[in-house]
Amino acid sequence: MADKQDPRSPVTRFLGALGNGTQVGDLWTKLSHGFTATLMEGQDKLIRYEDSHGGLGIHIEALNKSFNGNPVLKNINLEILPGETFSLIGPSGTGKSVLLKHIVKLLMPDSGKIYIDGHDIHSQERAPRNYRYSMVFQSSALFNSLTVGENVGLWLREKRVCAEKQIRQIIREKLSLVGLDGKEEMMTSELSGGMKKRVAIARSLAMNPDLILYDEPTAELDPVTSDELAKVIIGLKEKVRLTTVIVSHDLNFALYLSDRIGMMHDGQVVEIGTPQQIKQSQNPIVRGFIYTTTKGIKGEDH
Amino acid sequence: MRSISIVGQKLLNMAQAAGEMLALLAETLYFTKEAPRNLPSITRQMSDIGIGTLPIAMLLSLFVGMVLSLQTGSELALYGTQEAIGSIVGLSMVRELGPMMTSLLVAGRIGSAMAAEVGAMKVYEEIDALRTLEINPVRYLAMPRLIACVFAVPALVIFADLVGIVGGGMIAAVNPKINVPFSVYYDNLVRSLDYMEVLKGLLKSFVFGGIIAQVGCYVGFKTTGGARGIGESTTRSVVVSFVLIMIANYFLTRFMM
Repeated sequence: MADKQDPRSPVTRFLGALGNGTQVGDLWTKLSHGFTATLMEGQDKLIRYEDSHGGLGIHIEALNKSFNGNPVLKNINLEILPGETFSLIGPSGTGKSVLLKHIVKLLMPDSGKIYIDGHDIHSQERAPRNYRYSMVFQSSALFNSLTVGENVGLWLREKRVCAEKQIRQIIREKLSLVGLDGKEEMMTSELSGGMKKRVAIARSLAMNPDLILYDEPTAELDPVTSDELAKVIIGLKEKVRLTTVIVSHDLNFALYLSDRIGMMHDGQVVEIGTPQQIKQSQNPIVRGFIYTTTKGIKGEDH
Repeated sequence: MRSISIVGQKLLNMAQAAGEMLALLAETLYFTKEAPRNLPSITRQMSDIGIGTLPIAMLLSLFVGMVLSLQTGSELALYGTQEAIGSIVGLSMVRELGPMMTSLLVAGRIGSAMAAEVGAMKVYEEIDALRTLEINPVRYLAMPRLIACVFAVPALVIFADLVGIVGGGMIAAVNPKINVPFSVYYDNLVRSLDYMEVLKGLLKSFVFGGIIAQVGCYVGFKTTGGARGIGESTTRSVVVSFVLIMIANYFLTRFMM
């Protein structure tokens, strides 16, 4: 809870505060999200909010990526099943986040293919059916000039998905899913690290995605907040059926949440299995990672 | 041989940056068709540029007008032609000093802030977040800034011209060496200054406003390397904007002569 200063102008704050129910406030809210949003209201939309497919499969085939001649991903082959929670674990600098950024098309591979729902995502062809994915970034990547509610509703408003009244309802629902009821009007600078992560999750969920990706969700969080976040993700898994991919170096977090885990080392996936299989793996790289993350107290037998 | 290679590499980098900046300009212009959707963002930017810069722009132009009147008026007084001071101050302010001084001020104050803001968004993954939300960063960030700048800078220049001319008139009237009454100063001013002169000055500031926004956004989008990178982008945006404004000023002046 650091800086509590509201960067919005006094006029914007005043009109925003009128937003709940009054005519002036409603008009201002509509205007502040664009004239076309107001004009489009009630008409047919390009995006149907409900048409989520409830989980997509990802197939990665011989993926390679180098930066300035340094190979970061080396011949990655991976299958993530529809609706499962898959974690990629490994020490920092092994290419986990780079792989994630390829899946959301923020990076282009040097060679290899990524298929989502059977469609090559880097090809020029249109996907046979529309799917949506969203990503929760390591730094949360919230927009500081917007309130919590505006951050969560940004995609809905920009894409003119539905009427303003429904957008507000969705914002409330998604914030409630992550345990942040009634925080719509707070500025992101007023939030703690854990709350920011939860707002970022709510913002992703507002897209009603088929696939959600988390990049180091527990980075910079204390163990208690990490545990709360794990419960939020597990809770979502029960309520919303979607494919979840988590990149983390937090082994316990991954073991607790995942249906399957992939271990990455030096740009390659060296082991894939259920949490139980990973714990019992005899692969020296996996054993080494488990040992370094669960060392215990010096001098005690482990 | 090595120095030739370094110079060559620098030239190639400059050519690449120029190409990228033009591509960004084309994309930004393409998205101006969606300006009504971004009206709140455009008005907020205009308010930052216009209202935020107005006091300092007026103060600056007041003193520029005063100094211009003082320096030129005293010289003219030696030959007894100080009555021409109105047209000299008016033309100088409207043609050159108003657009140039105001644009350089906006480049320093707003262009650097744009580069820092967009740069911070790039470094802290907010631009990547926009992409994953299927929102084009050029449409969301660059287009509102370009529109705001091309309208706010000329608006500021109108005020700067006025204040500079008034400042010049005040000095002409009160300085005993010059001693030109305000009515004479004004008559001389309106005789030499026509609407085309004012429009030419505003056209210049329109272009300068575009340069400031484009450079600020381009440098911001290219930011890498954390807090240090953001600092470097801030400085770079000011330097590049100043240089491009100076170059554009020469060619615009030549073109409009």
